[in-house]
Amino acid sequence: MPSGIKNKVAILGMGCSVFGERWEDDSSDLLLEAFLECLEDAGLEKKDIQAAWIGNHIDEVSIGKGGCYLANSLHLPYIPVTRVENFCASGTEAFRGACYAVASGAYDIVLAAGVEKLKDIGYGGLPDSPIFGQLARLINPNATAPGMFAQLATAYEKRHNIPMEKIKKAITHISWKSHQNGAKNPKAHLRKEISESQICDSPFVAYPLGLFDCCGVSDGSAMAIVTTPEIAAKLKPGQNRVTVKALQISVSSGEESMYNQWDGSGLVTTRHAAKKAYEEAGIKNPREEIDMIEVHDCFSITEMVTMEDLMISPAGQAPDDILNGFYDLNGQVACQPDGGLKCFGHPIGASGLRMLYEMYNQLLQRWPEDRLVKEPKIGLTHNLGGVPSQNVCSICIVGLE
Amino acid sequence: MIGICSYAGYVPRYRLNRMNIVAAMGWLNPAILMNAAGEKAVANCDEDAITMAVSAGMRCLNSFNPADVDALYFATTTAPFKERQNANIVAGALATRENIRTADFSGSVKSGTAALLSALEHVGAGSGHKALACAADCRLGKVGSVQEMVFGDSGAAILVGDKDVIAKYVGSFSTAYDFVDHFRGANSKYDRQWEERWIRDLGYDRLIPEAIAGICKKYDLELSAISKIIYPCYYGGARKKINRDLGLDYNQVQDDLMMDAGDSGSAHPLLMLARALEDAAPGDKLLLVSYGNGCDAILFEVTEAIADFADRKRISDSLKNNQEFDNFYKYLAWRDMLPVELGMRGEEERLTRWSLVWRNRKAILSLQGSRCLECGTQQYPPQRICINPDCGAIDRMEDVVLSGKGGNIVSFTSDMLAATLNPPAIYGNIDFAGGGRLMMDFTDCTFEDLKVGMPVHFSFRVKYFDNKRDDTFYFWKAIPAGEAIENA
Repeated sequence: MPSGIKNKVAILGMGCSVFGERWEDDSSDLLLEAFLECLEDAGLEKKDIQAAWIGNHIDEVSIGKGGCYLANSLHLPYIPVTRVENFCASGTEAFRGACYAVASGAYDIVLAAGVEKLKDIGYGGLPDSPIFGQLARLINPNATAPGMFAQLATAYEKRHNIPMEKIKKAITHISWKSHQNGAKNPKAHLRKEISESQICDSPFVAYPLGLFDCCGVSDGSAMAIVTTPEIAAKLKPGQNRVTVKALQISVSSGEESMYNQWDGSGLVTTRHAAKKAYEEAGIKNPREEIDMIEVHDCFSITEMVTMEDLMISPAGQAPDDILNGFYDLNGQVACQPDGGLKCFGHPIGASGLRMLYEMYNQLLQRWPEDRLVKEPKIGLTHNLGGVPSQNVCSICIVGLE
Repeated sequence: MIGICSYAGYVPRYRLNRMNIVAAMGWLNPAILMNAAGEKAVANCDEDAITMAVSAGMRCLNSFNPADVDALYFATTTAPFKERQNANIVAGALATRENIRTADFSGSVKSGTAALLSALEHVGAGSGHKALACAADCRLGKVGSVQEMVFGDSGAAILVGDKDVIAKYVGSFSTAYDFVDHFRGANSKYDRQWEERWIRDLGYDRLIPEAIAGICKKYDLELSAISKIIYPCYYGGARKKINRDLGLDYNQVQDDLMMDAGDSGSAHPLLMLARALEDAAPGDKLLLVSYGNGCDAILFEVTEAIADFADRKRISDSLKNNQEFDNFYKYLAWRDMLPVELGMRGEEERLTRWSLVWRNRKAILSLQGSRCLECGTQQYPPQRICINPDCGAIDRMEDVVLSGKGGNIVSFTSDMLAATLNPPAIYGNIDFAGGGRLMMDFTDCTFEDLKVGMPVHFSFRVKYFDNKRDDTFYFWKAIPAGEAIENA
């Protein structure tokens, strides 16, 4: 059993651009915006950075392949730069690379960046691309992300014998709550409170998901500078420090898509990643020990089933927990305090780091009262990339040292 | 004995009431009102001549082993490919062997009977024991034309062989004339015809009786001895005159399916023959006559074996599985006769990588998966490492064709975002009967028809059309089996 990286890596600084339809900005502008904030927060200069990882998913409409774009944009001086791509977990993958670099002792100060420029696609949503390879393109439907995730709902309805009306009510509350939280956040893409009836009555995109069950497609960048706790203590003496408690990834083995055991009502990978992350972090009872979470609410139904897959809500109980306000900003486990993918936005490669940015700043109690989670000790981020039957799940747990 | 061993027809689900065409286009050509009775069958936007031939062929082979087919002939005048053996795609979808004779028959709507005769002669010559003749057409008339009124889309398949014959092949008589009543040039999409009175009086009314007289003389037959005369002729007046002139009794003439399906070109004589076989009794003599730049007349005699032939209503069933199609614009869009805005999402790159397709051709065309010899787990697409996590055996697989097995719905949705000519895109996860799973498109259904757990069957369809390269790619889709089973 590996010992993991608990308390071996500290976050020294973070930055996040404004997310949204950044029509006038290139990926390089978004990166620079996050980078300046990140350097300032860390109290470092560019020359202090020894290595960098960059997460980006849809390279064909933005930064291309390889590490050159980041190095060229920020003029990083001949340091190792690696582009990583693992669907919506790409940002967390960049963070993972940086954390492992520090934990291994290979480097002291490392940059993890994420960026995505989606609003140059030319149409709404994500572009169709052969994400599972060329044979899969030929034998799988010409599906979209909402269509693939929507199927969680029909399968969940069947598994738990919970009527679709109740599921629809719960996922409507999810989007309502994210709009409430996002409206208060100056960096969020969608900053408008909307009513539950507006959400529930919006036109179907993919049954049972309506327009307001789908997250925003945004431009944005987020980043972190990580180091060892010892260096962090030297650089920022006497301050609260956020360290990494667990960092786990789980990838579908093909069983969900080809074998007949998975019933389609939740995410197998999330359960695997959560179990390992709780072990690494030493968490026995996630419902009681975790104070806040930023999960991958690409669609409201994803957030709903994730509450059970993270083993915070018992099986079949997520709709009740959600409707009872358990995950509201003032609930027992605040979920999406920054508005989530739904309202903060979803520039894919940046999303994992954006979630960490929220957890980090909440742990340091830097936000104004109206969107502050009260004195949290432990926060969890969760990304889910791909589709429910074939995906990559990343979970990162951070907390005060 | 050489003759017919099995038959089937396939009439696509959607039926356009011809009055819809009159309502839309009667202002341009009021004379189309003359042909406005009944419905025409309209292929779904994911169907073409190849897929309809496969649908008919699957039904035709349903109690036979496709590996026993020694030749497969495919007739159509609307082949998706000018060069690339269309019959091989049909054969692949039907999961025949690869060491068989195949050929495409084309150039005339008589090509369906030409394929059937070649199949009969293949077996008759001792070249093989079983041969399948498939035909389908999806012909277009210009908007507002008579052809648009009378043409319908359908497919048919006749399996011939040298044993267990339900209708014995007696003989044939053929004529061939460069009689250009209509034609379609190599670069044209639409049928073009000469004056209808000439077609009627010198075409149908002369060439069909001539072929009938020819075969009767050749085999020394009295017309009164024929139980059913089966010939296409979409001019009602000409049809009546032929029947009257030949002195045919009403019951002696096979209904031409014009009210239910429309003239399906190459497939039509075989579709009508299949319909006649539904009701035929031992000893019946069936005379099939095709018409298209000449005629093929083929005589069959029904055997005692037809009494044991199961599940005979193989055209009536297909006719019963119908849904009204009342949107003329949708029909135009489906047949690519109207430029429509699918959005940029509809402009995705559709290059087909043929070397990849070749390697995976059985998985793609035949829906062939694998079954683990160690643990028995069935899986798709074919795997080298067993997907069963408790097994994981490597390279211990046998082939298994899944296209006929059907399955059940695990999850599904209806997607308004995906670019399709038939929105919403409906797709979901399917468990194959006997094991294995695949996310599949649904077709020929509405979202309201679906439920988790519902059985489905599979249909070979157009997956996408690469309009940049004029290239059609085919794969399998799921159809809820509930309704089809109820209708059967």
